[in-house]
Amino acid sequence: MIVVDNISKSFGDTQILFDVSANFAEGKVNLIIGGSGQGKSVLTKCIVGLHEVDQGSVLYDGRDFCAMSRKERIEIRKEIGMLFQGSALFDSLTVEENVIFPLRMFTDMSEEEMRERANFCLNRVNIINKNDLLPAETSGGMQKRIAIARAIAMNPRYLFCDEPNSGLDPKTSIVIDNLIKEITYEYNMTTVVITHDMNSVMEIGDHIIFINQGRKWWQGNNKEIIKTDNKEVVDFVYASSFMKNLREKLINS
Amino acid sequence: MNLFEHIGRYFVMLSSVFSRPEKGKVFRKMFFNEIDAIVINSIPLVAFLSVFMGGVISLQTAANMSSPLLPDYTIGYITRSSTILEFSPTIISLILAGKVGSNIASEVGTMRVTEQIDALEIMGVNSMSYLMLPKILATTFFLPFVVIISMALSLIGGWVAGVQSGLYSTETYLIGIKAFWHTDQFYLYYALVKTMVFGFIITSIPGYFGYYTRGGSLEVGRSSTRAVVASSVAILLANYILTQLILV
Repeated sequence: MIVVDNISKSFGDTQILFDVSANFAEGKVNLIIGGSGQGKSVLTKCIVGLHEVDQGSVLYDGRDFCAMSRKERIEIRKEIGMLFQGSALFDSLTVEENVIFPLRMFTDMSEEEMRERANFCLNRVNIINKNDLLPAETSGGMQKRIAIARAIAMNPRYLFCDEPNSGLDPKTSIVIDNLIKEITYEYNMTTVVITHDMNSVMEIGDHIIFINQGRKWWQGNNKEIIKTDNKEVVDFVYASSFMKNLREKLINS
Repeated sequence: MNLFEHIGRYFVMLSSVFSRPEKGKVFRKMFFNEIDAIVINSIPLVAFLSVFMGGVISLQTAANMSSPLLPDYTIGYITRSSTILEFSPTIISLILAGKVGSNIASEVGTMRVTEQIDALEIMGVNSMSYLMLPKILATTFFLPFVVIISMALSLIGGWVAGVQSGLYSTETYLIGIKAFWHTDQFYLYYALVKTMVFGFIITSIPGYFGYYTRGGSLEVGRSSTRAVVASSVAILLANYILTQLILV
């Protein structure tokens, strides 16, 4: 479980986050949603330590990440997997070498064991016979799946996904969503997903946090978000008239 | 950011770069890869430049020596001294600051803007040390070998140019090359010491500019340009300071 306690963050004179608190439960897909520039990515980067918080704390199963030294943080980071918006695969390494990378850096596995583990992870995300390709030689959807395979290679306890569906077609997005959901349940991970994608919200949102103007505006799950009367949430999730009509029908039914 | 902030951040970065690598085996592999990529791959360019540089030095020296009081072997002597003292260590380092420096800044900068550095950090890898330490050590300790090759080829270039132009004979040139070597040997050590410093500069400064790139591909290009300019300026400053400290 990850507990975020009263986090604030500024860049120069501009305050981005205002006393944000949230709990991200284990074995669930936790979504952070919100409009562009509202502070979702900054919140996630504060949670994983890519940005230092101005105040507040982040607890990884009771361990205060913000109060840790760099060395102590490294131990926690070995338990974190992250899927970046642009996949962030190492472009000079092959698909297989990308998945092997964290194993090579942090384990004493033999070459054979590492390849076996990499193939297991790649098979798990349905990437087969692509081991020797470079990331640039694969499609966007494949790159996301390879990045997931790399993220789960070390059996992480925590998985962060920054807009996993950006740039993907709806069908591939659902494949990625389902994959995230399946591995979260399968490995009982604490998964945090930042998304704009409403399919994801409805499909995999076990727990949803809505960030607006740098504050936690609303929280609930994918059932509650249909019925909420919070104006900002409704305006964000049901932005088009089609979606508004759909919401009406769902509530009435 | 002003100049002093850049200098401060550069030294803070260096303190992170010189930390123990996460995995010795991975570091060794990367170290040898960098020797190949930065040092070995530069040899053809260095060889080409050095031969012509040596040829031009000897021709210009010969063309400017009109006094009958100066013996012809002075041409070989001046060619050797100029090559060892300045042309091979400084000019070759300046050229490599362009070739290697822009390459490092754009490689690290691209990794920054495509979040690959963030990915390393999230995994728990000290990204500064992982990306820069092998490059810095490979260049600092192996660039002197390239410069020794450059010196040898420059002297050969001087010999070929002068002899084929009929300005001096092989024997005369060789007398000049060997002249006062016992007292001038120190020049070679001085040249190699400053080459090591230049090697450090041409990898660490572009690494710094690449690492702190913000934005997109346009900024990667800008970082690359800044890196080449800054490392060239730093080489010239270091050259002056080292000459003052070691030679004067």
